[in-house]
Amino acid sequence: MADAASNDGFVVFDRVQKSYDGVNLVVKDLNLSIAQGEFLTMLGPSGSGKTTCLMMLAGFETATHGDIRLDGRPINNIPPHKRGIGMVFQNYALFPHMTVAENLAFPLEVRKLGKSEREAKVKRALEMVQMGEFGGRRPAQLSGGQQQRIALARALVFEPELVLMDEPLGALDKQLREHMQFEITRLAHELGITTVYVTHDQTEALTMSDNVAVFDDGRIQQLAPPAQLYEKPENSFVAQFIGENNTLEGVVTELNGDTCVVRLDDGEELDATPVNVSKVGERTKVSIRPERVEFNKDRLHADAHLLKAEVMEFIYMGDVFRTRLRVAGNDEFIIKSRNAPDQVRLEPGSQIEIGWLPQDCRALDA
Amino acid sequence: MSDTTLDGPVLAADGTPLKRSLARALRRQKLRALMLIAPLLIFILVTFIMPVADMLFRSVENGIVEDTLPRTVVALADWDADSGELPSEAVFAAMAADLKDAAEAKTHTKVGSRLNYENPGISSLFRKTGRRAKKFDIEADGPWKEQLIDINDGWGEREVWRTIQTYSPTYTAGYYLNAVDMQVGTDGAEMRPEDERIYMLLLKRTLWMSLLITFSCILLGYPVAWILANLPMRQANLLMILVLLPFWTSLLVRTSAWKILLQQQGVINDILVWIGLVADDNRLVMINNQFGTIVAMTHILLPFMILPMYSVMQTIPPSYLRAAKSLGATDWTAFWRVYFPQTVPGIGAGSILVFILAIGYYITPALVGGTTGTFISNRIAFHISTSLNWGLAAALGAILLAVVLALYWAYDKIVGIDNVKLG
Repeated sequence: MADAASNDGFVVFDRVQKSYDGVNLVVKDLNLSIAQGEFLTMLGPSGSGKTTCLMMLAGFETATHGDIRLDGRPINNIPPHKRGIGMVFQNYALFPHMTVAENLAFPLEVRKLGKSEREAKVKRALEMVQMGEFGGRRPAQLSGGQQQRIALARALVFEPELVLMDEPLGALDKQLREHMQFEITRLAHELGITTVYVTHDQTEALTMSDNVAVFDDGRIQQLAPPAQLYEKPENSFVAQFIGENNTLEGVVTELNGDTCVVRLDDGEELDATPVNVSKVGERTKVSIRPERVEFNKDRLHADAHLLKAEVMEFIYMGDVFRTRLRVAGNDEFIIKSRNAPDQVRLEPGSQIEIGWLPQDCRALDA
Repeated sequence: MSDTTLDGPVLAADGTPLKRSLARALRRQKLRALMLIAPLLIFILVTFIMPVADMLFRSVENGIVEDTLPRTVVALADWDADSGELPSEAVFAAMAADLKDAAEAKTHTKVGSRLNYENPGISSLFRKTGRRAKKFDIEADGPWKEQLIDINDGWGEREVWRTIQTYSPTYTAGYYLNAVDMQVGTDGAEMRPEDERIYMLLLKRTLWMSLLITFSCILLGYPVAWILANLPMRQANLLMILVLLPFWTSLLVRTSAWKILLQQQGVINDILVWIGLVADDNRLVMINNQFGTIVAMTHILLPFMILPMYSVMQTIPPSYLRAAKSLGATDWTAFWRVYFPQTVPGIGAGSILVFILAIGYYITPALVGGTTGTFISNRIAFHISTSLNWGLAAALGAILLAVVLALYWAYDKIVGIDNVKLG
């Protein structure tokens, strides 16, 4: 769970709540601190409150309760146009009746910059996104990826210290999206701007961010760097939401320091790391990543608990093999193994035994 | 890329040129499409194109004089109207013969009415002379100059003969000259006397008031369309019903309602007197003048302005305004620089619709226009149904049509017709 926000962050959400109808809270007690220059991603399913948070930061929604501070000063009562925050919208929101250069000059014009200064900045911003020759075009004459670059350049042209991006890559195809992910992170780090990025795409979140805040049900479920988020999820939601995950349910029977034993509902036992369990007898969901499941007994501790499994399906995916097993009554149990010359290809119908290192299996909340 | 090779056009598998082969393959499809639209095409041809063409023809057609008075027209051709003398005996004899034939065919009153448009009084001259004309003995009686002048002094006036001469060709510009307050004088076309001019005044008034109505529709309609486009679906639908409500009420009822509201003993005057803004003996005149016409027509035409604006505004995502604000624009700048330019196609479509409807409006100005608020369409209706001067009505209609087309052309030049969006 997120800790109470420290007050020294560049962007601080301090006990922020938001309700649209006065009955339900869309954002519940949000505390978040973002450091200067940090690339933070808000990740979560739709309706989890991440976009609402972004809109409150941009000033298009008002917080029902709590403070939002930018660089130390509360911004709750500052209108959007005075916040000086750059924003990239989901559909780019490039003004269709203006040329690319006019679009970029717009924020400079409303700031009453001189003509020559405007032109120089527009030129620099266009070159920054490698769109130097496109200044005279209309947005409708550009491809999706080009529009995306222009939207990015427009959000950066007035040199804001904070840039917000609301699922900016949602409309692009996979290859372009991956390329733009790289471009955006490169620009953000080069310019040293603080970025808040909203997405529901976990790959995007993992590859781009310094920190990821996983949202669900109006709360931050976990705030951590990508590797930690993937390998050490703090609760079942995060474990399920990030990456592929196998879940088994049971009761804690032994608890010794940093390992525990969980008895599954069919009586079998397994090793796990206690994360969200505190006492013997508690129900838990254990979470294990498909690529950490081991079916070669030689690689496990001699005293490791093993589970019986039946191979249901073998899927050849090129770089990996994906095998579906039935484990403890759950026939959606997936294991992934690397396609290496000596790798075993499991036959459907065969009975095997699987196990894992205790640190790879996490006993989370039920 | 073209598939034309160096050897010539591409051939289909059977050796015919590919283009001809394609045309043949598509012919059946085109025929079927034509059959499907044929009923509407014929309907429009019969009920719209043909009447319009007929009207345009009527505005210049003038065969009646030549058909009814063939001998006179030929004999009169050499007469010089400015010579200061009446036409020769031969012309009078020809007129007598023509009148006898016309009276027997009962067409003399028609040609009389036609010429009466140009020179009031000729109608009765023809009618009175026609009564006697049946008994004319062309060979025996005479000389005809004295005979005709004896029957009616009118035949002794040079202006009568000048009118007959001027309007003897099969086609005439007379109706058009009349429609722009001109007449054929001694030196060709000239303006009518000041106190006889009416049509240019009416045309200018029609255009000016239509412009005013269009502008008041824009001013009143824009905020409504904006609210409609930005409300949640449920409320927007409810409001839309209110906008469309006038459509479901009879035009006559709505116009009469304005009469009740605006008249001197009406609701609005009563309220103003009651709250003391207006003295009881000095009630406002708001009906049977231009004000009443503009108010009533703005109300009636408002939906035609709101609907195109609404459908255009609906397509503008709210993120544009948000983007503008996030880039540092105040609410007003964001509206004026980003939102408003994108609604111009809707305003254009609504304006064209309202202006063209207004320019040809008839019922409302007739009911609430009084004398100062009538439109040119009311005058056209008068000539069609009361004075029966269809040629003049046709000329006025044609001028109105030309003005609309000219404005449409100007609009296309200035705003661009591609920029008009109805939805």
